Amino acid sequence: MIRVVLALFSGTLFGVGLAVSGMADPVRVRAFLDLFGTWDPTLAFVMAGAILPMALAWMWQRRLIKPFADTGFSLPDPSGPDLKLASGAVLFGAGWGIAGLCPGPAIAGLVIAPIPAATFVAAMLAGMLLHRALGRNPANPGSKGGTAWKSGA
Amino acid sequence: MPVEGFIGGLMIGLAAAAMLLGLGRIAGVSGLAARAVGIAPVGAPWAVAFAFIVGLPLGAALVMLVMGGVAVTYPATAALLIGGLLVGFGTRLGSGCTSGHGVCGLSRLSLRSIVATLIFMASGFLTVGLLRAGGLL
Repeated sequence: MIRVVLALFSGTLFGVGLAVSGMADPVRVRAFLDLFGTWDPTLAFVMAGAILPMALAWMWQRRLIKPFADTGFSLPDPSGPDLKLASGAVLFGAGWGIAGLCPGPAIAGLVIAPIPAATFVAAMLAGMLLHRALGRNPANPGSKGGTAWKSGA
Repeated sequence: MPVEGFIGGLMIGLAAAAMLLGLGRIAGVSGLAARAVGIAPVGAPWAVAFAFIVGLPLGAALVMLVMGGVAVTYPATAALLIGGLLVGFGTRLGSGCTSGHGVCGLSRLSLRSIVATLIFMASGFLTVGLLRAGGLL
């Protein structure tokens, strides 16, 4: 129960941060990526603000044997980059640029602009399902749903 | 505004820190969303993923309540559909998005996340540059 409450708290604080930062607005996110338009640097400040407490949190994490409300850490393996990672990032970046939305702001946007946000989220879930379906392709034996098993990040 | 951006960013970072130190997990929205709707076969416990994902619009609603609204301008439906498909497929293939790779991975100095973030940023800049060159912005 405490874990669910903590996750709800974290998600809510995350949603507050997205709305306060201006990053719930797709046009502002796209303006950061628009070097030849009216460039908006806000996203860089958001990233800097978010990385600061997280860098401290990682320093603290290294001294802990287990997290405060769970039995162990469930973190992605520190493996090297590979082709899947790179091609996924290319596709994600393209979609991010086209819509001005990534998963967090889109889901938070469900209460701000329900219809367009839900349109994006529905397409996003369809894209996720498509990835899972292709991961089960017989041409790709041994795969259990693409890279889903290391979906921690 | 950069100041609001930085303050909002701090809140996002603190939220991710709460997930890491409290639950031992990465606050990666794409992974948690896939888990919450049952697309990802393994990952965080379903209730944890679901609670985090429900929190996102809840937090946005709180800000709307306190600040009397949040100004947003969404692109055309075609851009939402194409962008959404690419974001969904790409985040699964690339194991993360802006939150997982960008916020949590960069601050961990994870090589995978640094590479992913550089690539998706470059891809975003290039895509928007092409849209502008093509007269679509």
